[in-house]
Amino acid sequence: MSSIPSDLLYSAEHEWVSGDAEPGSEVTVGITDHAAKALGDVVYVELPSVGDTVTAGQVCGELESSKAVSELYSPVTGTVTAVNDALSSSPSAINDEPYGAGWIFRAEVEAEVDLLDADAYTAHVS
Amino acid sequence: MTRSPLHHEHVALGATMVEFAGWDMPVRYSSDVAEHRAVREAAGLFDISHMGEIAVRGPQAAAGLDAAVVSGMERVPIRTAKYTMICTAHGGVIDDLIVYRRDWDHFIIVANAANVDTVFAELTQRLADYDATVTNITDQVSLLAVQGPVAQQIVTRMCVVGADDVRALAPYTWCTVMLDGDIHALAARTGYTGEDGFELFVVPDDAVAVWRLALAVGEPLGLVPCGLSARDTLRLEAGMPLYGHELTTLTTPYDVGLGRVVQTAAARVLLPPDARGSARLSDHKQPRGNFVGQHALAAAKEAHDAALADPASAPAQARVLVGLVGQSGRVARAGYEVFAGEDHVGIVSSGAPSPTLGKPVAMAMVHPRVSAPGTALDIDVRGRRETMAVTALPLYRRRAS
Repeated sequence: MSSIPSDLLYSAEHEWVSGDAEPGSEVTVGITDHAAKALGDVVYVELPSVGDTVTAGQVCGELESSKAVSELYSPVTGTVTAVNDALSSSPSAINDEPYGAGWIFRAEVEAEVDLLDADAYTAHVS
Repeated sequence: MTRSPLHHEHVALGATMVEFAGWDMPVRYSSDVAEHRAVREAAGLFDISHMGEIAVRGPQAAAGLDAAVVSGMERVPIRTAKYTMICTAHGGVIDDLIVYRRDWDHFIIVANAANVDTVFAELTQRLADYDATVTNITDQVSLLAVQGPVAQQIVTRMCVVGADDVRALAPYTWCTVMLDGDIHALAARTGYTGEDGFELFVVPDDAVAVWRLALAVGEPLGLVPCGLSARDTLRLEAGMPLYGHELTTLTTPYDVGLGRVVQTAAARVLLPPDARGSARLSDHKQPRGNFVGQHALAAAKEAHDAALADPASAPAQARVLVGLVGQSGRVARAGYEVFAGEDHVGIVSSGAPSPTLGKPVAMAMVHPRVSAPGTALDIDVRGRRETMAVTALPLYRRRAS
């Protein structure tokens, strides 16, 4: 059973988003516990860069694990405002604390986007 | 999917299960990296029940097998485990095998899960005219592995009879033991990790008891259950080939640096028991008889030796197996193309992040002219080139103890 916090929003590609993701807001993005468990130990994260434009549904990074590589899709359209540099020395934070220390990037949202609430994401992964 | 006798143990331990060669197997229990490290530093316990076992028995079992596989079988001593390959008439690899000689007329062949049916069909056909029976005994055998520097301590402590025999086992030999709980087992000093270790053959009804015994005895010494993910990164670091990756029907043993399994020299062979009842070695060496693929393999050896002697002149399609070590975190994976500058020179056969080296590692089939250790090659990793250095295999070698 993976954990799915009720106060976050989710994409179908298994990213979580903090806040309400309204245009003008800043959100934090990571991958869900479900995705982290499927990957196994994350050993390398390719992060987007601060200032990059990201588009909802498009690839903005990569996550490498022993058995697989997973593309990181941006759940929102906007501009990257921060990235979690600690992941270069501790990529395992994504497995240990996917919703906390394992956050991946922050972005300022510039367009409306449809995201799943916790119940809808729970149904999606069942 | 087929379930291992240990299925409920894996589920109870929280393993993530995946389909592998038609079996439902644990890919990891906790952390791929932690399981890998446990094997390098203490010990790991593996369920390898998915492997296939084939029994070959009879007065001409040795002669028949000798003609069917690329290594000499008549020369294999009793209680030896011989690594070999079964090839097509064109010298391509059908499977890599370990053959355990139980007696002068009794062999057990362990084949890869994905190839059991093919190997069984081939052996049946190749031994059809020999006074020998070929039987698929896969569902009568469960296989577990204990691998790591403390594996011997664990396995000896599991024995009520045979601990001294286990301690004395040379690599690639085996003995019979009695484990705690009146459990008969065959213990072979073999493995697929690059560490010391043992593979335990038991009947399926005893598998759960042996699994639990190993954990009870081994956990205080650092033993952890290990899944297929760690199994793959361990064998990759150790430079060991995996069928379907390094070995296919399009590769010869020479292509992957394992020409030593093709044995053509004469050797002393095991003779049937004499009047006193013991099998013994012949006084004189006997030449190897015909075996499937021998002519194609002789040509392959010539071509391989010529390519290594003069790499620049090797045919464009010539390939040899090399190790690769990367720098950045992006991992070269099986099927990725390899370049030297703008020239396409080969393809990655296996790749993963190496927990021991802390870098991405791979094995690749490349043209001999770029196979010298130190050569910098570029691998197309999903559209971007990553540089890796050719490195002699194995990429990891355990400390001599």
